Amino acid sequence: MSDDKTLAEVLRNQGVSRRGFLKFCATTASMMALSPAMVPRIAEALEQARRPSVIWLSFQECTGCTESLTRSHTPTIEGLIFDAISLDYHHTLQAASGDAAEHAREEAMKENWGKYILVVDGSIPVGHENYSTIAGISNLKMLEETAKGAAAIVAVGSCAAFGGLPMANPNPTGAAAVSDIIKDKPIINVSGCPPIPVVITGVLAQFLTFGKVPDLDSLGRPMAFYGKNIHDRCYRRPFYERGEFAETFDDEGAKKGWCLFKLGCKGPITYNACATTKWNEGTSWPVESGHGCLGCSEPRFWDMGGFYNALSTPTIDIAKTAGIGLAAGAAIGVAAGALNRAKKAKATREHETVTVDDLEKGEKS
Amino acid sequence: MSAVDFLLWVRGPGLAIASIIFVFGMTLKLFEIFMLGRKKNLAELRGSGIKEGFVTIFTRSRHADTYSTRHTKFTYYSGWVFHLGLFITVFLLTPHIELFKSFLGFGWWALPTPIVDLTAVIAMIALLAILFHRITNPVLKYLSVGQDYVVWALTFLPLLTGYMAYHHLFFRYEWLLGFHILSVCILLVFFPFTKLTHAMTLFISRWYNGMMGGEKGVQQ
Repeated sequence: MSDDKTLAEVLRNQGVSRRGFLKFCATTASMMALSPAMVPRIAEALEQARRPSVIWLSFQECTGCTESLTRSHTPTIEGLIFDAISLDYHHTLQAASGDAAEHAREEAMKENWGKYILVVDGSIPVGHENYSTIAGISNLKMLEETAKGAAAIVAVGSCAAFGGLPMANPNPTGAAAVSDIIKDKPIINVSGCPPIPVVITGVLAQFLTFGKVPDLDSLGRPMAFYGKNIHDRCYRRPFYERGEFAETFDDEGAKKGWCLFKLGCKGPITYNACATTKWNEGTSWPVESGHGCLGCSEPRFWDMGGFYNALSTPTIDIAKTAGIGLAAGAAIGVAAGALNRAKKAKATREHETVTVDDLEKGEKS
Repeated sequence: MSAVDFLLWVRGPGLAIASIIFVFGMTLKLFEIFMLGRKKNLAELRGSGIKEGFVTIFTRSRHADTYSTRHTKFTYYSGWVFHLGLFITVFLLTPHIELFKSFLGFGWWALPTPIVDLTAVIAMIALLAILFHRITNPVLKYLSVGQDYVVWALTFLPLLTGYMAYHHLFFRYEWLLGFHILSVCILLVFFPFTKLTHAMTLFISRWYNGMMGGEKGVQQ
């Protein structure tokens, strides 16, 4: 439940030093591309902030987003910040179940009406209300109900932000993104499959500091984390420029760390912080571990023509479609050619020879 | 339509439609040309002319005639520069080779990207110069028809959008890549029905001319 402790008090109780706290504020400012002069302001705002009530709804999802946010190897400062929010409802993490759990949600909503942050992971099936339910309530109804009293909605993961894997062609459940359903609340899309843990804490920190939704890109994602292109920030980019590409995952090129474009890397069309923030406390990220970027923070990445096909290749079988054109062109071409020849032969047959005498006769008459 | 939807459409159905029209149109045209036939040559042949046909394909690209070179130096050199630049850009850039590989089943050696970037710029400058020459030269201007300017634009756009996509100019990359593929789709659609067909008929007509020349005359 929400209580009156400030964030600073919660952090102090958990043994976080002032130095560690300021370090986190500086990192957050740097990640959000803010001036170092903003660090004291972030610290001040975070220290004063009351624990915001957070209701976390999980719909058609795999729990990967929750795993990403909660599973830290050591209790990181991001983890503590995560603990410091008042997570009033999260059906994976909470101890309560059944009616008690739903009661907790209703109570949190009532107590913090208009002030709580609604976090959603997973897409919402609109094909049929029974495709996905929690305590007998359809995902759609629960989202609509809970969104009404929210100050803002954070759509965590590509499923909540864009529909995700449940929306993959042919989208059997009619999966939809939060922004497809809720139109009257500020929505922050924190896409990724899953998103980087520090990105979600960064977004929450920014919201707590400034009390408003951060600058968003055209897809509703915070510019601070999704403003840069993976390809532009990739440490393997020089190999792309030099034309040095890995052809398979175990050839010499792969061992030398060459560009993974030919192996299907979607870095050029992906906007995320992986190349700079990295994963597992800055240890590595997919491209560094030898696998191309899947473009998981982008809409419809699951239907982008295959994970292992180069971005410049078609998403359909061109040879097959061109074959149709070839067959049709050949058939009609032969027919047109035959018609032309027949016309020519007819003209030759019907051609009447004219002698000089005939012409002279014509002139006289 | 979002950038991703647009990109998916041009990489999928858009490209499929364009490739069907392109292959259909070119096959139709070539069949019609080949089925025109030729009159039987009743004279005794000097040789088969096959070899001369192939030789002519190449020799016609070499301006040995100093008189006409003097008069059309600009057209000759700018034409060479443009076509060479276009050839390298289309066939020796890795993403393009991956596209060819996806339907041919094999690929080939690529050039480093900055070199292809340079050849694309050279091809674009040559195209702009050719257009300027066409507009400013009174004879060329008089001879030009609307289609000449259309095919110029159809050829220029893929180069321009490709250059913009590589350098991430003005728009996000997924839009630029979509525009680039769309410009190629439009080029493919118009290709069989405009003067652009010369890219294929050129070799056929040159071969025929060379072959007929090779058949004639007295055997030594």
